Amino acid sequence: MTGTVAEDPARLAEFEARIAADQSIEPKDWMPERYRSQLVRMMSQHAHSEVVGMLPEGNWITRAPSLRRKMILLAKVQDEGGHGLYIYCGTETLGVDRHDLVQQLLDGKAKYSSIFNYPTLSWADIGAIGWLVDGAAIVNQTMLAKASYGPYARAMVRICKEENFHKRQGYEIMATLSRGTPAQKAMAQESLNRWWWPSLMMFGPHDKDSSNSDELMKWGVKRKSNDELRQRFINLTIAQVKAIDLTVPDPDLRYDEASGDWITGPIDWDEFWRVVKGNGPCNGERIAARRKAHAEGEWVREAATAFAEKQQRDNRATTDTQQTAGATDE
Amino acid sequence: MSDAGERSWPLWEVFGQEGDGEAHQHMGSVHACDAEQALQFARDVYARRNEAISLWVVPSAAITASTPEDMGPFFDPANDKAYRHPQFYKVPKGVKVF
Repeated sequence: MTGTVAEDPARLAEFEARIAADQSIEPKDWMPERYRSQLVRMMSQHAHSEVVGMLPEGNWITRAPSLRRKMILLAKVQDEGGHGLYIYCGTETLGVDRHDLVQQLLDGKAKYSSIFNYPTLSWADIGAIGWLVDGAAIVNQTMLAKASYGPYARAMVRICKEENFHKRQGYEIMATLSRGTPAQKAMAQESLNRWWWPSLMMFGPHDKDSSNSDELMKWGVKRKSNDELRQRFINLTIAQVKAIDLTVPDPDLRYDEASGDWITGPIDWDEFWRVVKGNGPCNGERIAARRKAHAEGEWVREAATAFAEKQQRDNRATTDTQQTAGATDE
Repeated sequence: MSDAGERSWPLWEVFGQEGDGEAHQHMGSVHACDAEQALQFARDVYARRNEAISLWVVPSAAITASTPEDMGPFFDPANDKAYRHPQFYKVPKGVKVF
């Protein structure tokens, strides 16, 4: 809800002037409560998406078709974990605890990108994810690298550099399959058919239906609307689809001479909302996998904590002994 | 979920030196139970692509920083001392290289 906190009008005006002047907002700066809460919401969802995003791809690490592909996929999945950490740390600068955010995810109360609630059924899906899902993420994150909140923008700069490798390796998988046997090419096409529409949905609802967009754009967190970003992604991607001799599953796709845009047929928003609300193919499976991984890592965290505490005690004991020894020597 | 242990892991600020002769710059932060683990996490999180040849980790709680409210009064003593810059001084005509 907007306007639940009455902000000091003078400070608010000062803040908005800084946004208008394209200044970066840093953690200790004054900010409206609503700016803070919107950022916590958006950044924590983004961090969760990185973490949950490891799961569909992790599914294929043991079955990658060559050692080269396996090493690449391991590195990519590790990057996603790292991205989650950058953004959780960024979110903590807003006064929240990473623990609470992770707990919300484990409790099934947090949102993350719906794209990760689709299954990875074939090896080609690893190609499609790198190419389309990371490709769409790059379009979005390139914009967020100019976000008004400094820690978020800086995390995005780092992430964008790394995502480019993700996209390239995915496209390479698809291009290789497309040049392969008829069965391999069919696998690539079938995968593209399944991932195309969900990738377009990654940019969120149309501008007219997006409840948070106006506020995020007013405060310079987002610099472009969902529809603008989606159009940019479509225009970039169609040429890449053609180059590897595949087709997008959209009989209505057409090129608009006047705008230079590729215009798609209607997006199935019922499907989008169904998956967002928890009824996608893998929502339950993803959270179950996160809970299992978290529970199975518990003893490692406990052991590390116990070891650190013991080290501290030992250090203290050594210091005490030295001090006592020094005192006796005098 | 217990996890009381990990909740107590402090935050560490990570500084990395990108190349020989360069200054260490802030890269981000990590949670870790001790300094050694903080260094390992910093390497895994911030230096997977040779971004650093040296890393420092510092407990975030050990850092004292100026506040945004200070910004004016804290730094303004520097504002009226143009004579600290070489451009303040006129060099006589005819001196081409100084």
